[in-house]
Amino acid sequence: MDEPESTRAPDTIEITRRTVVETGTTALLLTALPRAALAAAPVDDSEPPSPAVKIDLQINGRSHSLMLDPRTTLLDALREHLALTGSKKGCDHGQCGACTVLIEGRRINSCLTLAVMHNGQSVTTIEGLAEAGKLHPLQAAFVEHDGFQCGYCTSGQICSAVGMLAESRSGMPSNVTADLAEPQPELTDAEIRERMSGNICRCAAYPNIVAAIKQAAEMPT
Amino acid sequence: MKAFIYRRVDTATRAAAAAVKPGAKIIAGGTNLLDLMKLQVETPSALVDINALPYDKIEDTPDGGLRIGALVRNSDLAADSRVRKRYGVLSRALLAGASAQLRNKATTGGNLLQRTRCYYFYDVTKPCNKRNPGSGCAALAGFNRIHAILGASDQCIATHPSDMAVAMRALDARVETINREGEARAIPIADFHLLPGKTPEIETSLKSGEIITAVTLPPPPPGVQVYRKVRDRASYAFALVSVAAIVDTARGRIRSARLAFGGLAPKPWRVAQAEEKLANATVDPTNFNAAANAVLDGARGFGSNDFKIPLTRRTLHGVLAEITRS
Repeated sequence: MDEPESTRAPDTIEITRRTVVETGTTALLLTALPRAALAAAPVDDSEPPSPAVKIDLQINGRSHSLMLDPRTTLLDALREHLALTGSKKGCDHGQCGACTVLIEGRRINSCLTLAVMHNGQSVTTIEGLAEAGKLHPLQAAFVEHDGFQCGYCTSGQICSAVGMLAESRSGMPSNVTADLAEPQPELTDAEIRERMSGNICRCAAYPNIVAAIKQAAEMPT
Repeated sequence: MKAFIYRRVDTATRAAAAAVKPGAKIIAGGTNLLDLMKLQVETPSALVDINALPYDKIEDTPDGGLRIGALVRNSDLAADSRVRKRYGVLSRALLAGASAQLRNKATTGGNLLQRTRCYYFYDVTKPCNKRNPGSGCAALAGFNRIHAILGASDQCIATHPSDMAVAMRALDARVETINREGEARAIPIADFHLLPGKTPEIETSLKSGEIITAVTLPPPPPGVQVYRKVRDRASYAFALVSVAAIVDTARGRIRSARLAFGGLAPKPWRVAQAEEKLANATVDPTNFNAAANAVLDGARGFGSNDFKIPLTRRTLHGVLAEITRS
């Protein structure tokens, strides 16, 4: 590590449950991540870098222009080049859902796609959900229902739930939908669990996550 | 991840011309390819991004079937009203696969071309004839719980992981392709995936530079369509055994049956003799058993996956009982 431990300021950082859902902050990261990591290369092997490519992204309503090694995943572009660390790296293989973001409103695993593949597209991360200081209804519902413990999966859970509710409202069926001909399957607890199965919570806050999503689903949009 | 040159192309012939170069790989959804590149199981020197190609539509065909563009995302295909109404087995198979995030990214063509999830294929420190031809197969005497009981060879016992392709096999889909000269051809899905034999590294009948443009479905066959997937957890897991069944039943008799299986073999598995056992047969467990015997003819376990033999029999019984009840 480039930065000695003594320069960290763990005592001065106040993390509330609101901070967690608003920005995806977790205590673990703020105290343990050296500043140098924010500028880290996308890969840790000794390969010579590929020629950098210019990538324009619209992230949370703001335009960003980056020169990136084409190997850079969308997740690494967000976290390490734009310091948008709300989206989390869990497994880095699309199995846990902690990195879930919305591309043109659709949820995807940002760890399993290259930033360059999304040139010109719009990305919404956990940092872009609140509007004018007001939490997104799903963020507020996660606070109200205590939909997390450690908070590491939370930004992925919330972004995934935003995408899931949009899918549900557009009539998307799921593996537990009894009748595929039903144009608007009811969002039961079983439906929510199935549709959210790409987001793992190791604290097993699932009952509260389902309750939070259910409450947000019933609110008018 | 190894370094590569990234190139986005806007025509199929350009994509095919770029893909024919040694070390080049096509990328569409990328959910499997990037996973493998991170592990250096795949080390392409060039990535050809085909997401700009106009293959993202689902169209009716004049004969009453559907033509599904190679870039149609798994979620959009599963949700399409025509697929839900006429090809329920395909919608069900897609919804049983992966997670919602992955289905939003994964494409029809890429799903067909995804690689096995054999642990030893993924672990570059282990021998694997598919990843490194001639190095041996660590799964044969290893932990082979998820491996094939049918169609395997002494070189490779990996399974094909797709659910979508199993339903497409039952539906007699055809895979449409184009090459760098612009020549198109249609490959019956039965001939698209290859058995490992002595060359497990060759997985499909695609030629160098040939790219998938679409999958066509003939009009749906008569009967009830069911997809049943047996796996280690209720959601977001690969099949241990899956069955895509289309069975036409009237007054206690089965008129026709189509059965395709996932999780059992290096490709979606279909046995004509099993379907013949059910044609014009009464709805009866004895006939179900005769069909199961035909499916499992030549089945062989490798230790940890022995359970798949009785599991296949029981799953088929369950599916046939359910599908002939209505």
